[in-house]
Amino acid sequence: MKIYKKLIMSMGAVLVLASCGQQNQNSNGALSSSAAEKVYVAPGEQDEYYAFLSGGYSGNLTVYGLPSGRMFKEIPVFSQFPTSGYGYSEETKPMLTTSHGFVPWDDAHHPDISQTNGELDGRWIFINGNNTPRIARISLSTFETEEIIEVPNSAGNHSSSFITENTEYVVAGTRFSVPIPQRDMPINEYKSNFKGSLSFISVDPEHGHMDLKFQLLMPGFNYDLSHPGRGKSHGWFFFTTYNTEEAHTLQEVNASQNDKDFIAAVNWKKIEEYVNNGGGTKMPANYAHNVYDESTHMATTTMKKEVLTVDPLKVPGAVFFLPTPKSPHGCDVDPTGQYIIGNGKLSADLTVHSFDKMIAAIEGEKFDGEAYGIPILKFEDVLAGQVKSGGLGPLHTEFDGKGNAYTTFFISSEVVKWKLGTWEVIDRKPTYYSVGHLMIPGGNSRKPFGKYVVAMNKITKDRYLPTGPEMEHSAQIYDISGEKMELIYDFPTHGEPHYAAGCPAELLAPKSKKIYRLDENKHPYAVTSPTGSKVVREGNEVHVYMSTIRSHFTPDNIEGIKVGDKVYFHITNHEQDFDVPHGFSILGQNTSELLIMPGQTKTSVWEPKQVGVWPFYCTDFCSALHQEMQGYVRVSPANSNMELKWSLGE
Amino acid sequence: MKKASILMIVGPLFLLGLYIFPLWNIMLGAPQYPDPLGLNIHINGLQGMNEFDIQNIDGLNHYIGMQTLPKVEDMWEFGTFPTIIGIMVALGVLIGILGYFNKVGYKWFLGWFILMSILGLLGMYDFNAWMIDYGTNLDPNAIMKLTNPDGTPMTYKPPLLGHVKMLNFDVTSMPSIGAWLMFVGMMLTLAASYLGWKNTKKQ
Repeated sequence: MKIYKKLIMSMGAVLVLASCGQQNQNSNGALSSSAAEKVYVAPGEQDEYYAFLSGGYSGNLTVYGLPSGRMFKEIPVFSQFPTSGYGYSEETKPMLTTSHGFVPWDDAHHPDISQTNGELDGRWIFINGNNTPRIARISLSTFETEEIIEVPNSAGNHSSSFITENTEYVVAGTRFSVPIPQRDMPINEYKSNFKGSLSFISVDPEHGHMDLKFQLLMPGFNYDLSHPGRGKSHGWFFFTTYNTEEAHTLQEVNASQNDKDFIAAVNWKKIEEYVNNGGGTKMPANYAHNVYDESTHMATTTMKKEVLTVDPLKVPGAVFFLPTPKSPHGCDVDPTGQYIIGNGKLSADLTVHSFDKMIAAIEGEKFDGEAYGIPILKFEDVLAGQVKSGGLGPLHTEFDGKGNAYTTFFISSEVVKWKLGTWEVIDRKPTYYSVGHLMIPGGNSRKPFGKYVVAMNKITKDRYLPTGPEMEHSAQIYDISGEKMELIYDFPTHGEPHYAAGCPAELLAPKSKKIYRLDENKHPYAVTSPTGSKVVREGNEVHVYMSTIRSHFTPDNIEGIKVGDKVYFHITNHEQDFDVPHGFSILGQNTSELLIMPGQTKTSVWEPKQVGVWPFYCTDFCSALHQEMQGYVRVSPANSNMELKWSLGE
Repeated sequence: MKKASILMIVGPLFLLGLYIFPLWNIMLGAPQYPDPLGLNIHINGLQGMNEFDIQNIDGLNHYIGMQTLPKVEDMWEFGTFPTIIGIMVALGVLIGILGYFNKVGYKWFLGWFILMSILGLLGMYDFNAWMIDYGTNLDPNAIMKLTNPDGTPMTYKPPLLGHVKMLNFDVTSMPSIGAWLMFVGMMLTLAASYLGWKNTKKQ
């Protein structure tokens, strides 16, 4: 009887709880539970969007899913990456070659996905190295860096790497003006002697190969950010400037004196025509062009010795200055190409210029003086409107394709939604904390996918469990499908994302490669059949042609190596199955491991310094017999007469 | 008799599908193979559902000591079966044409059907015998030697028809398009025999 009572009581309790739950859902549950539902991607399900977040000072690019905020991959670009051996393997070291030698790191800023007719086409993604000016191109079928071109006459490659509407050019503007060509001169003679270069790098439509077509040598301002014209303004490119004061020291104060700086409007089609007709001046230069070939799995460097420069005064009607208040940072163009937004980072307001008004002013030749011969348009003549937001420190703006714009405010730490054309503020939501850039998939194209906006913050503080003084940055995802924005998720990001690019998953997922074909492997040291393994001595260089398959190396015993030899392990992964990489490392190696994808060949160098028998092994848990995937190299004294021998299973 | 003869001509032609479509299909799915590995058995050789499936099935099977899947030159069947099918199609069509001109009767139709059925059963028997050998004749030095709960060595014969759970793999074996076309074709010849027989009764 007691048992029955207990049962009845507990059932009663369950009923009460259940009804409570019901009540909660009806009253205030809708808000919190729907945020969870919006970001929840169930196990085994996939995200709706890819998001590529720049790594900032990590030098790399990270791939995330939206709306889950899950990270899928870190793509090594400008920094050595011991995880895969990028920048350590013999094949990828040339990727990091510059005119300054091997530069193993950079500050990666603004990724941009290739476009056709102003819409994302998902062929490649480009990103700039800010510190030692470089532009990289990453394949969106292998998600690997395929090409890096150094940008000469540039310093602080910041107003980069933005692409034109049909990926005709990837554009790279300089943040620091410098002497061009570089020379030994007093710093305090900066004014009117230093120049700012804006580089137009053409992109081969078939292979994506980059070529520095021409470089516009502009007055010595700082060219901060840029974006292409689109639609009606296709053919133009817009760059924000600061330090039009041309200060060379304490810029914090000295570059903030002018009430207005400029947005430089560049008619690149006009300059292209000028250049195609033989215009421009060839200038000696020295810069690296590094290309990775997917079939040889190998990068090569070519040093280029010349650059075509263009003096803007030689191409009348090609360059104009649009006065824009207070050291504008982001320079954004709306999906129709009509509005050019200057985010005046030291003011409270956004300045929006009208493309139509700009053209009318140019045609009417209504100039307000000039700077170094470049006509300045009248502020009032080009102004479309101002967004009086009440926020502080606007940095960047993206668009949802429904007539709305979203601007980050660094100082007041918020995202503000406003309407294009009426300039009225619709909504504002706080970010945590001090937001830099924001991203809507396709938000920088003719066709944005306005469902989510990702805010990338500069300050994290208390958002996650503390991990000492140093921590990852933080991002927030907002649902922007309704009238008001809704904060739905927080996630940590890697490095310091400056900008991001996103696209619908179906644009990339179906064409993502699963393996490299072994029968297309043209690496000169590849072993393409299981019997092709060998060890060859050339003086004190030894080349090991090694293959891997679950779960052994061929060969796995090598004798006849001597102290002082330089041993190249050329390892070909014979697997042709999805997600079966093999790794390689050997004791005492002064470099990173290799992680070799199916069908790929990678090379690691080992210079043994001690006599002995040294093991090597597979570093990637490849199968149930992964732990058995190992081998030995016998190292004899330098003067030994040991013959080279190699074997498997003997 | 004309109607029956036309069916007798058309029926065997369905067997030509065997030169294009697989006869049988075996699928192997496992937790780490969300896209299952697949084997298509054609009369003239084995093909992976995806390009590298055979290589990957062999790669997995080596752990348990199974032989690699046979290449065309490894099995006489892959040379003989296409010839037999070719002869049977020609013979069937010939019988149909002769029937059309009233040179032969329905018994020939039925005879072709019975002969084809016997050959089909022999083929199945042969196929099953190969699978027994493939699944039980294991390398004594196999990396993993697994035993059944009763202590006998585990074997890996794929099912002739239907589904079996083998270690971490779900193995499903089913007739494929070629077999279904053959079935339809043979049924047409059976129908031809029946119509022919009905015709003789009328006369």
